Amino acid sequence: MKNKTNVLPREGEAQPSRCPDNTAFKQQRLPAWKPQLTIASVLSSFFLTGAFCLTVGVCLVLSANSVREIQIDYSDKCSDCSKLRENSSNWNKECHCSVNFTLKENILGDVFMYYGLQNFYQNHRRYVISRSDAQLLGRNVNIQRSYCAPFSTYRNGTPMAPCGAIANSIFNDTINLFYNHNSSVIQVPLLKTGNSWWTDKNVKFRNPESYNLSSAFAGTARPPYWQKPVYLLDEEDERNNGYLNDDFIIWMRVSAFATFRNLYRRVRRVRHFTEGLPAGNYTFHISYNFPVTRFKGRKHVILSTVVWSGGSNPFLGIAYLVSGTAATLTGFVITGIHLKLRKKKTYFQRR
Amino acid sequence: MVLNWFPLVEVFHKEITMLPLVIVLLASMIKDAIEDYRKYQYDKTINFTKTRVYDKEEHAYVEKCWKDVRVGDFVQLQCNEIVPADILLLYSSDQNGICHLETANLDGETNLKQRRVVTGFSSQDTVFEPEFFQNTIICEMPNNDLNKFKGDMEQPDHEQVGLNIENLLLRGCTIRNTEAAAGIVIYAGHETKAMLNNSGPRYKRSRIEQRMNRDIFLCVGLLFVMCLVGAVGHGIWTGKFWEHPPYDVPDWNGNFVAPVLAGFYMFLTMIILLQILIPISLYVSIELVKLGQVFLIHNDIDLYDEEADLPIQCRALTITEDLGQIQYIFSDKTGTLTENKMVFRRCTVDGLEFSHQENDRRLKTQKALDLDREDFTKLQHFTLPPMNLGRAATVKPSTMRPLRRCQSDRARTQGHTRSRSVGRRDSSQSQVAFSSPIEKDVTPDSRLLRQVREAALQTESFSPFIHMKTSTSFTDFFLALAICNSVLVSTATAPRQRVTIPPPIKPSGITLEKIHQIFQRLKLASLSQSFSSSQSSSQLGASFSAKNTEEPLAVLESCDNENDSSASSGGQELQDKGSTEIGTASLDEVFRSATNTSLPTDFCYEAESPDEAALVYAAQAYGFILVSRTPEQVTVQLPQGTLLTFDILYTLGFDSVRRRMSVVVRHPLTKEIVVYTKGADSIIMDLLDNSTKGNISSDKRLKRIKERTQKHLDYYAHDGLRTLCIAKKVLNEDDFQKWANFRREAEAAIENRDELLIETAQHLETKLTLLGATGIEDRLQDGVPDTIVSLREAGIKVWVLTGDKQETAVNIAYSCKLLNQRDTVFTINTENKETCESLLNLTLEEVKKNYEYDKPQRKLFGIIPTSFSAPEAPSPEFGLVIDGRTLDVIFQGGLEEKFLALARRCRSVLCCRSTPLQKSMVVKLVRRQLKAMTLSIGDGANDVSMIQAANVGIGISGQEGMQAVMASDFAISRFKHLKKLLLVHGHWCYARLAKMVIYFFYKNVCYVNLLFWYQFFCGFSGSTMIDYWQMIFFNLFFTSVPPLLFGALDRDVSAETLLRLPELYKNGQNSEIYNLSTFIITMLDAFYQSLVCFFVPYLMYKDSDIDVFSFGNPINTISLLTILLHQALEMKTWTVLQLVVMICSVAFYLIFSIIYNAACLLCSPPTNPYWIMERQLKDPIFYLLCLITPVIALLPRFFIFALRGTLGASLVLKAQQIEKLPKEQQDLEIQKLRSRKEATSGAPVASPASNDDLDQSSSHLCVSPFLPSAAALPPRDTENQGVSASNPLGRRTHDEGCYFFNRWAEEESAATDSSAGPSSGHQPLVASRETAPGQDGGKLTKDYLKNFHYGSHRRSVSSVTL
Repeated sequence: MKNKTNVLPREGEAQPSRCPDNTAFKQQRLPAWKPQLTIASVLSSFFLTGAFCLTVGVCLVLSANSVREIQIDYSDKCSDCSKLRENSSNWNKECHCSVNFTLKENILGDVFMYYGLQNFYQNHRRYVISRSDAQLLGRNVNIQRSYCAPFSTYRNGTPMAPCGAIANSIFNDTINLFYNHNSSVIQVPLLKTGNSWWTDKNVKFRNPESYNLSSAFAGTARPPYWQKPVYLLDEEDERNNGYLNDDFIIWMRVSAFATFRNLYRRVRRVRHFTEGLPAGNYTFHISYNFPVTRFKGRKHVILSTVVWSGGSNPFLGIAYLVSGTAATLTGFVITGIHLKLRKKKTYFQRR
Repeated sequence: MVLNWFPLVEVFHKEITMLPLVIVLLASMIKDAIEDYRKYQYDKTINFTKTRVYDKEEHAYVEKCWKDVRVGDFVQLQCNEIVPADILLLYSSDQNGICHLETANLDGETNLKQRRVVTGFSSQDTVFEPEFFQNTIICEMPNNDLNKFKGDMEQPDHEQVGLNIENLLLRGCTIRNTEAAAGIVIYAGHETKAMLNNSGPRYKRSRIEQRMNRDIFLCVGLLFVMCLVGAVGHGIWTGKFWEHPPYDVPDWNGNFVAPVLAGFYMFLTMIILLQILIPISLYVSIELVKLGQVFLIHNDIDLYDEEADLPIQCRALTITEDLGQIQYIFSDKTGTLTENKMVFRRCTVDGLEFSHQENDRRLKTQKALDLDREDFTKLQHFTLPPMNLGRAATVKPSTMRPLRRCQSDRARTQGHTRSRSVGRRDSSQSQVAFSSPIEKDVTPDSRLLRQVREAALQTESFSPFIHMKTSTSFTDFFLALAICNSVLVSTATAPRQRVTIPPPIKPSGITLEKIHQIFQRLKLASLSQSFSSSQSSSQLGASFSAKNTEEPLAVLESCDNENDSSASSGGQELQDKGSTEIGTASLDEVFRSATNTSLPTDFCYEAESPDEAALVYAAQAYGFILVSRTPEQVTVQLPQGTLLTFDILYTLGFDSVRRRMSVVVRHPLTKEIVVYTKGADSIIMDLLDNSTKGNISSDKRLKRIKERTQKHLDYYAHDGLRTLCIAKKVLNEDDFQKWANFRREAEAAIENRDELLIETAQHLETKLTLLGATGIEDRLQDGVPDTIVSLREAGIKVWVLTGDKQETAVNIAYSCKLLNQRDTVFTINTENKETCESLLNLTLEEVKKNYEYDKPQRKLFGIIPTSFSAPEAPSPEFGLVIDGRTLDVIFQGGLEEKFLALARRCRSVLCCRSTPLQKSMVVKLVRRQLKAMTLSIGDGANDVSMIQAANVGIGISGQEGMQAVMASDFAISRFKHLKKLLLVHGHWCYARLAKMVIYFFYKNVCYVNLLFWYQFFCGFSGSTMIDYWQMIFFNLFFTSVPPLLFGALDRDVSAETLLRLPELYKNGQNSEIYNLSTFIITMLDAFYQSLVCFFVPYLMYKDSDIDVFSFGNPINTISLLTILLHQALEMKTWTVLQLVVMICSVAFYLIFSIIYNAACLLCSPPTNPYWIMERQLKDPIFYLLCLITPVIALLPRFFIFALRGTLGASLVLKAQQIEKLPKEQQDLEIQKLRSRKEATSGAPVASPASNDDLDQSSSHLCVSPFLPSAAALPPRDTENQGVSASNPLGRRTHDEGCYFFNRWAEEESAATDSSAGPSSGHQPLVASRETAPGQDGGKLTKDYLKNFHYGSHRRSVSSVTL
């Protein structure tokens, strides 16, 4: 006869009870909050969300509306130049054009000048990876083994500085802004430094260590599309030269979309421009170097102010407004359904 | 990932792509490594266990590690050592050449088994010397059959000795009670039978996983489509340039690839990029979650059996959620529904029934006490666990040896002494027993006891022949009970010390002499006549005749209504007792003085099956005490105290083919060779000696005994008792010798040995003389009816597959509420294919009719009979009872579909008399054909195949060894645990896992789509806006833990509510949470959410100076928030843990991003996200985006949830709402829900009135299954058996049948409280009985005749409503 008291006992061994612990965790009795979608909680959540979204949305729309922005497409206005640039053999020839525009009202506050490109797929995978961050950190690396290929070395073995497709295709138009004030033309003072991220300028990009820049880049050559070597990007300001050039740094931060803008200059708030840009006639003087016709692209120059909620894009505000409205409406719908059902229920109960 | 190694299509760094897979693999590796290390440690301890192996050089046994034991080594073993390999026993210190083994490690059976030294070696008195061993051993290839071994040993003199399992010590067993043993290693290491049996936990694939695999294929399809879009898009995009723009970077050599080729490359690139769509980590997560679930199930205190000190064992780790989807339960009966605690209830000897009412009474009080005790333990359990533990700890060591199983804690801690005094014979029985007192104590029926005593004391009689017959029948009956078994005896004082020799008088010869001496003294004392050897020459047993009190025929007559007389016999009995006691007092004294002083007072019996033990205890109660057993001899103490030692010539063990066992013994007094056979009644009845030997009166008498016994047996079966028949046969010496030679040949044969053995056994077991039959009660486990009702409410169909008799099974089915009193029960028993088919068709039509015309019928049968008055009563449902033979016909005749069509419409199905193979075939049939989730539950070796065939196998670790447990996925100790296991854990596991799987799909699709949408803005070039590391960590760390926790811990409804509302289980049965539609809806939602998560930031940042990774960062953050909030919406319980994990996930993401973005200048060149996070954290737009996007993304889902919440659409939601209410209101609500449920479920079912219709329409084949067949068809039955109808005996049988039936019905009505059920029950019964014979159609009558010819309980079909 089998006894079930101890199924597999071992001699001389007092078995501890195999009874499981009676703890809340093991018995799955942990105190728990069980959220319930009762009518009260549902309605309150919908209405609260709606109210919140509407408030924020209104604020955002208002602030986005306060942004002043002017965008000028100059890819066609300089058709001569664009035709010239279509032929890559003319890369060396200079081409200038000017674009006039009128500001109907003052642009107050900090004014930012952007260049905009359309249909330029900076986010193309092979383009995005075609760079060497180590080289840009000023390190002496063998870029042969980096992702820069085929823009890493020339056939004779001279490495490009900076290497890669991104650097090679840098936006190299020069744009100057002139204010036609009472028939006198005043050049608007523009800041070309401080436009890039502080961390980029001070951490991510470093020039190779040497007593001067030209010797630092000795033994390297400019990328094929470049007109001048990297150490001549800004001959006036030593701290804006080489890899540390703000325009270069900004270009190297590849854009997320095919249509994008990059900060080019900021208006320096001195003399006439302490309040921003006064209304009046202005002229852009553009040295047209960057070809866009090859990929059906367009070039813009943009003057804009910035508020806390970003630029002129009102989308976020609209999104808030729409979802706020939707939430509120849903709340009402649910209330309606609930009321109807409750009537039915009471009817049933009475029966 | 391999693709990533080709530079043309490379997206990420090689290392990065490897990472997720590596981590996933690592996780599973660590898990496996821990398991393996444990195994390794265990292996090491085993491998380095020492054993003593003979060394040829040293000529002695030297210690060696287990791992160094080789085949052919000689091993010496000491007592209590574990056998290191499969060893052929060549020497045992036991003088009989026996070695005792405990096989608990192999099969969990803790009784000792005997193994013998190989024939030819047993004679050696000296210690075995391996040096001189020169025999050749030929044996079969290693196999995993623990119970078979064939081999052959050729001795130097070319004599062959057969080897069998009796000679083999199996690895893992423990040597007991044997000082030393030696043998040669036959199988070692992995070839041992124990190792070959060890298959480890099986891997089963659960239904969710199957569905998941299908959905993964859908995902692969989706991936393919997405990649195709990318490829085509890229091809077109590349092709539209007539000149390459500066951003189209040429390849390494400065060449551009053609658009088509570029498109192809892009296809491959996209596969790499979007591969996250395929949730590889899902598999690991599921495994982890299941581990957690198993842990929780394992630790459930409600599934812990205190009595056995066993929690639930989860042996399969992969199918927890299948527990929540069970549609069919296949249950064994014995040991599963019932306790498998056999209690001797009734017996019939020589055609006389002894009801053992005192025993009955005792059992009832016991039951009540048990209930008390359970309440008590529950109380104790919940209020004072430490005290309980302390007590257990103090109790256990107090027993002399922990191994001894005589001491059940239960008997100790609980007040069973009280009950013992109620109805127990004041005997020398020990307090210490192997089984609980219920089984052990048998209160003898006073009348029978008297008779037995008389029989034993009879000397001379006036009509010697008949008298002798009856008296010896009684003694023979109990001797057979005591002898014909394989029970081993041990004493309470030394439980493990086998009592093989009755101390102190050893050899049986002396005992015999003693008896003779005693008789001499008796003669001298002239108390009675001398012992007449000639008289008892044809008998067996010590028929000491002291006095003759009663006319035996009178006894026979009076026993016909023994039930009435038994009550009145109480007083009479006292008188009788008094008189006999006076008469025998001096005689008893004499015997006592001779033997009792030397006998140990209490014995523990270890039997292989509980029935045997019950019978031995029953014999003990009547004074026939089994004192000792060796393979050669068995000693029995007679009521007077005499010890009789029988030489056992052969033991033909029990097997499921023969369904009987026999022992061949030589009677010590008469020197006769007697065969005692015990077995299933149907078998024994067929083997009885039917030949007429001229003596008409004795023939008639035998026939009458047979008929009556059959009737009693039927009645026992109705009462749910297990029946066994006892028969004997006397052999003459020549026949025996002939047979013995035959047998020896069979034993020596190597081929066909099994068949030969069976054949010889069958040859012997013929022409038996019926002694009597026993009825053993197998008590229903507590909580079984309740569990079955709950499971049924949960929509699970419960089938019982049992090897038991039909009547027994049906009765158990009623008592455990498997069948309802109101149910229509169809019974199909046939051996003919055509009949079977037509019956199936007929019944099917009947059932279908009921289903189809539900509502119209209800209107038609406006008049509801009073007996079925209750309008709230659920409609009659259908039960199907089918037996093994019919199953055979069904399987062989290709009637499976019809059978299933019928069976699936029946509420419950009972398969009786089915073999293990049939059980598994039924399970497989349902599983394959109905595509249903099946669960098998059983406790014995015969359930193993069924357990393995089902989706979920559950073993009950009960009385019958560990085989079922070994084969099972989960092992519980009580049937009632099934309720919580399925309803609560099953539901939870299913809900959790299903939700988690769906969530994983959602998560991956949602996240990967972000990347996909970006392709439309980057010329399908395969670039990503999210940093690679952050992307990979996203799935791996940031969003992995909450779903895991969710999968392990979420509780949509509390355990209490789940138990109270079993309907909630249907949720899982119908796979409501995870099916194709939910999958598609979730996918669509994932698409929507990813669109929102991508396009809100896109529209926000469009036309700005945002760079790629600054754009990706908010998207990543937003999708993290959305995905986690989505999870939060899904989560139904928030414990501290979940909250912490949720917050930690977000915090970890932020901290990781900040650190990574600050520290990593060159971490993942050429793109690096330096300082992006820091910058964005200073930007209000970032926060505004992170606020609005998840809101927009989750608004629709929340809206639908809210609608569902207010509408309260599903039962689960209802249950959740109910839980919020205060206690009393909860009860009220649940009541309301349930009543509504019943109303709806009751509505479409036909009113009970249709039964009348049913009776009418099918009355020509309506026979009550509950009437004894003799009563049901009296004339034909008796006619067929060749007894004339006018025979008074026949009439009497008829009357008796009625009597039995009525009595049974009365008992039934008394037992159940319901007034309507049983009382109404037998009205239609009687009616149908009357109509049945009259309306028999021609063809069917033939069937009847054919079927009834075989015996009384083979009806072709019967359907009636009770």
